[in-house]
Amino acid sequence: MNRLLPHPALSAMLLIVWLLMANSITVGGIVLGGVFALVLPKFTQPFWPDRPRMRFGRAFLGYLGIVLLDIIVANFQVAWLILFRRNGDLRARWLVVPIDLTTPEAITMLAGTISLTPGTVSSDVSADGRYLLVHALDVDDAEAEIARIKTRYETRLQRVFA
Amino acid sequence: MSVIADVVIAALLLLGAGFALIGSWGLVRLPSTMERLHGPTKATTLGLGALLLASVAYFQTRLGIWTAHELLISLFLFITAPISANMIAKVHLHRVRIGAISEPDSIAGPPPRPDGEGDWATFEAPRRDNPASTANS
Repeated sequence: MNRLLPHPALSAMLLIVWLLMANSITVGGIVLGGVFALVLPKFTQPFWPDRPRMRFGRAFLGYLGIVLLDIIVANFQVAWLILFRRNGDLRARWLVVPIDLTTPEAITMLAGTISLTPGTVSSDVSADGRYLLVHALDVDDAEAEIARIKTRYETRLQRVFA
Repeated sequence: MSVIADVVIAALLLLGAGFALIGSWGLVRLPSTMERLHGPTKATTLGLGALLLASVAYFQTRLGIWTAHELLISLFLFITAPISANMIAKVHLHRVRIGAISEPDSIAGPPPRPDGEGDWATFEAPRRDNPASTANS
């Protein structure tokens, strides 16, 4: 199983994206997409040797739901700041977020989530992989914001990448 | 039915266009690079989402077909928006460190260093045996 499908989730993703691109579900489309789903992960396996173990069950769906909800809220918050807050009153600051996640894939997902959600953009990761540099647009209490990122996103990601 | 659909589509289009406008306005009026990044990465995400929903609703109600390309567009947007923001932020970090900033100071000031002896990854060659490294395989 693992030798035939080195990245099962990637294979499923490729098939789904192929069918969405074709915008129709036909036998030919499924066969062609299936060939891609089998061949591409096999050929790209040397570039991605250590597959992280991900769970695509309740933990992943819950995470996705939280992030989508936060993206919508984030848009209204940032729009409000842009329209009605004067530049002098913006409390923009840098946050150094210590991270407990260990795999590059998990850290990448956390950084991407931070960039897409309320008023924060992740800028860099420390060379030893233990801190994220995050720029926040308007934050009153830096400690509370760091704690919010850790409890809301990181603990959920830890459950996904278990 | 079709009147309701038209109203919904028009509302979605207006919402999307409004958020795209606010995001661009943020790009113009916020004081410096790091603050400006927040406009395009957030306020436009929902704007584009609303426009894509309007597109799906239009093709379904007018032509009676379901289109899936909008889903793919939003997927690609969610993947690319944080990466481009990250790249711009890294360039900004380098420009701050070499003192090449020719723009008003950011509100947040210069970025702090991480705790411990290390530095941010963009300033160091990748090391082996750490999670952020791509050199250890």
